[in-house]
Amino acid sequence: MPDPARLLRALIHPLRPRREASPTTDFLPGSESQGHVLWRLLSHSPQALFGVAVLALVAGTALTAGWWYPDDPLAMVAPPLLWPGEDPAFPLGSDSLGRDVAAGLVHGAKVSLTVGLVAAILSLGIGLTVGGLGGFFGGALDDALVRVTELFQTVPSFLFVIVLVAIGKPSVTVIVTAIGLASWPVIARLVRAEFRSLRETEFVLAARSLGYGPARLILREILPNALPPVIVTTSVLVATAILIESALSFLGMGDPNMVSWGSMIGDGRDQLRTAWFLTALPGGAILLTVLALNLVGDALNDRFNPRLRGLR
Amino acid sequence: MTAAQPLLAVENLNVRFTGPRGTHHAVKDLSFHLERGQTLAVVGESGSGKSTAALALLRLTAPGAAVGGRILFEGEDLLGLPLDAMRRRRGRDVSMIFQEPMTSLNPVHSVGAQIGEVLRLHERLSSAAARSRTLDLLDRVRIPEPGRRIDSYPHQLSGGQRQRVMIAMAVACRPRLLVADEPTTALDVATQEQILDLLDGLRRDLSMGLLLVTHDLGVVKDRADRVLVLHDGVKLEEGGTAALFERPHHPYTRCLLAASLHAGDTPHCTERRLPEIRIARDAAGTPSFALEVPPVRPRRAPPRTGPLLSVRDLRAEYRTAEGVFNAVDGVSFDIAPGETVGLVGPSGCGKSTLAKTVMRLVPASGGRILLDGTDLARLPDRALKPWRRRFQMVFQDPYGSLNPRHTVHDSLDAALVVHGVRERLDRAARVKAMLDRVGLPADSARRYPNEFSGGQRQRIGIARALLLKPSLVVCDEPVSALDVSVQAQILNLLAELKEEFNLAYLFISHDLAVVRHIADRVLEMKAGRLLA
Repeated sequence: MPDPARLLRALIHPLRPRREASPTTDFLPGSESQGHVLWRLLSHSPQALFGVAVLALVAGTALTAGWWYPDDPLAMVAPPLLWPGEDPAFPLGSDSLGRDVAAGLVHGAKVSLTVGLVAAILSLGIGLTVGGLGGFFGGALDDALVRVTELFQTVPSFLFVIVLVAIGKPSVTVIVTAIGLASWPVIARLVRAEFRSLRETEFVLAARSLGYGPARLILREILPNALPPVIVTTSVLVATAILIESALSFLGMGDPNMVSWGSMIGDGRDQLRTAWFLTALPGGAILLTVLALNLVGDALNDRFNPRLRGLR
Repeated sequence: MTAAQPLLAVENLNVRFTGPRGTHHAVKDLSFHLERGQTLAVVGESGSGKSTAALALLRLTAPGAAVGGRILFEGEDLLGLPLDAMRRRRGRDVSMIFQEPMTSLNPVHSVGAQIGEVLRLHERLSSAAARSRTLDLLDRVRIPEPGRRIDSYPHQLSGGQRQRVMIAMAVACRPRLLVADEPTTALDVATQEQILDLLDGLRRDLSMGLLLVTHDLGVVKDRADRVLVLHDGVKLEEGGTAALFERPHHPYTRCLLAASLHAGDTPHCTERRLPEIRIARDAAGTPSFALEVPPVRPRRAPPRTGPLLSVRDLRAEYRTAEGVFNAVDGVSFDIAPGETVGLVGPSGCGKSTLAKTVMRLVPASGGRILLDGTDLARLPDRALKPWRRRFQMVFQDPYGSLNPRHTVHDSLDAALVVHGVRERLDRAARVKAMLDRVGLPADSARRYPNEFSGGQRQRIGIARALLLKPSLVVCDEPVSALDVSVQAQILNLLAELKEEFNLAYLFISHDLAVVRHIADRVLEMKAGRLLA
């Protein structure tokens, strides 16, 4: 098997730009460090900078949620339906059961981000395996895997998640697994297409002529080159997973022991006319986070897509 | 318009590209002129700014390029024209044809529709009139059966025919100036001649000015009236073709002339190496040029034992929608240890498939590949692995054959790991020694492929092939993607390494001159078979 340290280096390497031969950039000397590349990416795109800043804020909030509000966010601690600013102890007000909205938002960030990330990683894992094996080996294995992928893709993914959650019990683990199982076909198709074209490149031929086995070819030669578009898609996948979790919670199918942005909206919709902030605040949080993820995805796409790079 | 006025006069043309990491001055103070009905050849290597200058004439440079100076076409400065006035001139007064006939035609329209479009746009012809003019044009560029071809789509035509269609489009409105940017580089040698003859004929018939941009001095010799040599955006020399070929003034021109190979007058590599261009820059960055011919070391006579490689009745097939296509159709040949066998043939004749089949990268559908008596064609992959170190390959495209995600050291090191060299320091020493041997700087190992030039990348490819100490190296067009001067360096390197490591080469090229220089024996291939 390939050396793990080297593999890791090659997998991180997609973060460096892959420069295509071009008369307008070939004269430019030198390589640059990882941090430098990231900084240039951010400094040249205010949207990306905004996206990264929002994500950092949400992630920071989620990580420190227990420090801000050590108590259970579902506990009834305040008089019901306090408006934001009405009582300095509850800066964002309270809901109809007297639960602190600020505590809910902060703890909800943890649930939303965890669900988004873990579900995306799960579908990334399944998608890379299915797409990679099918694309690399082709033939009967590929045919079979494509059929399976299509089977999953023909089922509307939200309905599929609802069915899975209805069969299992509505815990965060089941929800994450369901979202992961419903969204991997996108990744699998993308990875398969990348593998199929990369399989025919000369550097893969060269590696085969040196006697490399399939594991080394897949992990070392092809995978690092296939990753850039996959990373971009994954960032959008995280956003989609957050939206699906919110929708589930809104429908009351979320984990009853956890507060999430979706469940807060669901709980608050009865007071939509009288206390609209109960819906608007968590709604705004979802909007900002999903927007930030999409902006970062766009910036990564600009970075990795050589056809767009020449234009800026 | 006065009679003395040239068709095209370019004065102090400057093109600058500004990127995030600095400004690149692609064309520096370039001035030249072109008379009606004459051919001016602009010759230079990649990065010389020749294509940029050609594009600037039609104001087609990439957005972000700053173009300065004056481009006087019949006395009118094209750079000063409003954009829509310029657009009306393109295709009507000034036309251009490009290098890549595969991609410069739109695949979803028939060729007749694409040529007709130009006529309808510029001359406001009706569909019927445009169609009859298109038929004339196709006939004029000598496309067989124009009546049938007019409704063909680009993918149904050969590369040469597509280039003819491009030319028909370019001359449809009888332009006074035709700019041809490397019009024959992507084509076969035989087709190249025909296309150049066609351009020459059209220039005379339509009394156009022809600006021929090329990297190949050989193309220019019999066809251009005058030649202009570009290097690094600077005009080094300009003059009448005959005079320039007989008495080149600038050392760089002399270098280019010496380094370009011509079938017939190039000595074999055991008699004389090819001259290499050495460019040194002084403190101010001013280049100086020198020509250097590496010495030929006395050659050990290889012991002539049995053949190293025996290929017997080898077959390889592709399955396409139309059925089975025999790309290699019963090929037999031998290569002795230390022998170089050249393989030439037109594109599509199956040379590359033969190379890949011999390398076991494409499965053989029949026949035997005997290396030292063992039939590789039948070995399963696992049993083949120990044999892999005995035969290696150098690929054509130095940009595509290295994994862009790995440092040079990682790429080479992995080959040693796979073949069981356990000691880390041992591997590092062998990689370093081989990089040094192929003439790469000491810090190359840490760098990524995109930090190297084409010639350097090909050296990395050669180092990778030789690292396992093979006895046979299959070279598939190893120099076709390289500049003339770099080509000479790589050919010299291959000749040296062959003697040092007693290598046998199967050397594939479409260029007979290159093969004559390096090969001891030449095989010719056509339609999947060797010609006797």
